[in-house]
Amino acid sequence: MTARDTRPLRALRGWAHHQPALLRRLRRPVPPPDDRPVEPADRFRFSDLLGEATADIGSRPGRLVMTIAGTVLGISALITTIGLAQTTAGQIARQFDADAATQLVVTPRTASTGGGAVVATGALPWDAVPRLERLAGIESAALLAEVSLPGAVVTTVPVNDPSQPPSAPPPVYAASEALLDTIGGRLSTGRFFDAGHDLRADRVAVLGVRAADRLGVQRVDTQPSVFVDGIAYAVLGVIDSVDARAELLNAVVLPTGTARADFRLSAPGDAQARIAVGAGPQLRGQAALALAPDDPESLDVSAPDGRSQLGRDVQADVNGVFVILSAVVLVAGGVGIANVTMLSVMERVGEIGLRRAIGATRRQIAGQFVAESVVVGLLGGLIGAALGVFAVVAISAVRAWTPVVDPWIALGGALLGAVVGLVAGGFPARRAARIEPVDALRGGT
Amino acid sequence: MTAGAPAIELRDVTRSFPGPPEVQALKGVSVSIADGEYVSITGPSGSGKSTMLNILGLLDRPTVGEYWLGGVLSSSLDEDARAAVRARHLGFVFQAFHLMSRRNVLENVLLPMLYNGTPRTEREPRARAALERVGLGHRIDFLPGTLSGGERQRVAVARAVASRPRVLLADEPTGNLDQTTSAEIMALFEELHADGLTLVVITHDRDVARRASRRIRLADGRVSEPG
Repeated sequence: MTARDTRPLRALRGWAHHQPALLRRLRRPVPPPDDRPVEPADRFRFSDLLGEATADIGSRPGRLVMTIAGTVLGISALITTIGLAQTTAGQIARQFDADAATQLVVTPRTASTGGGAVVATGALPWDAVPRLERLAGIESAALLAEVSLPGAVVTTVPVNDPSQPPSAPPPVYAASEALLDTIGGRLSTGRFFDAGHDLRADRVAVLGVRAADRLGVQRVDTQPSVFVDGIAYAVLGVIDSVDARAELLNAVVLPTGTARADFRLSAPGDAQARIAVGAGPQLRGQAALALAPDDPESLDVSAPDGRSQLGRDVQADVNGVFVILSAVVLVAGGVGIANVTMLSVMERVGEIGLRRAIGATRRQIAGQFVAESVVVGLLGGLIGAALGVFAVVAISAVRAWTPVVDPWIALGGALLGAVVGLVAGGFPARRAARIEPVDALRGGT
Repeated sequence: MTAGAPAIELRDVTRSFPGPPEVQALKGVSVSIADGEYVSITGPSGSGKSTMLNILGLLDRPTVGEYWLGGVLSSSLDEDARAAVRARHLGFVFQAFHLMSRRNVLENVLLPMLYNGTPRTEREPRARAALERVGLGHRIDFLPGTLSGGERQRVAVARAVASRPRVLLADEPTGNLDQTTSAEIMALFEELHADGLTLVVITHDRDVARRASRRIRLADGRVSEPG
């Protein structure tokens, strides 16, 4: 306007009187005054924008809490659900893996004879356990065989009482000493027999918990005996629970050596092994070859397919449901930010008018409201992510689970809050930018 | 902006608001205000004073006619350029003060300098100097709500002049003030005028209007008394 603006130009003209060539050039390009461009007031830097966007954020704590509540809830729900999904997936996988995905069973193949009887066409060697233990992926192995005793009586009282009602005796199994470890068995009392008992063919037995109940054996410190087909066996312990081969809870278990000596057990029935997770497919072929190298086809190997499909399905279902729920909550959080930002725009019409009057462009006004919304969203995201992680840890602690939260999920949650703020602030910011200063200033502040 | 041109020149400006019924707030107004002049614009309610101030402040556009600001035809400016001119060359003082209630006095005065390209290091010294000038150097940390009406208006004046505009536009600057405080504000305006600032004050108060070096009276959208 102005002396200030034209001072450099006038000074240049004064000096140009002594420079004829420059004077000619200066005369030519000077545009008509009304066409001279006006510099845009775009010196409003990003740091200014950030300063303006954050200046009033804490001035109304109640409003701030209300604004970020939706985002905090959404992000914390998202982090909690994803964290719990990961944690429970680990838990589910562990459960499935422990119960099903780690048991391998080798049995001789059977065939039906012409008379209808089923006979084994192969046989397991007595040294099956050391052969299996040499394979990578086998953690523990044991032999197991049902001892066939037709008509035999199993009792703790060696008296033939004809008045007693007939009842089916508990089945008798022969097993090697590593059985308990292999099938994840736990004893309620006493101990399991060891390799010495097996080698010496000692007359000892371990009872399943239901067999012990039927036989009236409550404790082993009184050295009770169980009579199998008239032979007394000292009861060493009682199996309380097993992860596999639940039929053993109803059985009398003798050492393999004892069963061979007393009942002429001719061959092991099954070789049972506990394997590493995921080793099933590989061990399926190796186990048969290790136990019957001359005829691996004579053995049936039952091994799990890596991670159980059911476990994978359950994990996918749980993740899907959790993520959908979180997304719904997050949308609600975004709508919350949009509403409060819209309310803020309506309340601050006077301020918007003032800023426009003193030189703010529409873009700068829109930028300020978007930035405010992003900052609020980021704040909500940070608090939500922290609460979500805390919730996962707390719930896991209560349920005695191992908490699993990917650190990127927590970081992503905080950033997602900012994105929610960005999206939610878009519409209110457009409204703010469209406000005409003349209309806005009529209201006053 | 061109040296030697009038600071403000309205050429046959009409401003109509579509109805129905259509209202013509200004009807062929022509006014020229020289650089450094102190002009008051008076008139009864509905005479078009505020419409004229909005056009002078580039907050509104004439329906017909030309508005030349410092030798630049305002209709040649796009929206961003108009914002730039407001930021660099115009200062506003409103009847309702329009101070930001959650920002302190200093922050309120700093606000226009965000948009007019004042270097960051110069902003605060300029704001403090402006506040000293209006006699509020001791109130910089106060919130507007804790100040009297006169003090608030002085903050608004400090905010308007801190960015060193060429033209100060005041819309009923004493409308919310008592007589004594009004006199203080008018004395402040006279000081600013003496420093070379172009002042346009819209008022319905005859005493305030008389303080200006030239008075323009509007009636029914027309200039009835070119001063």
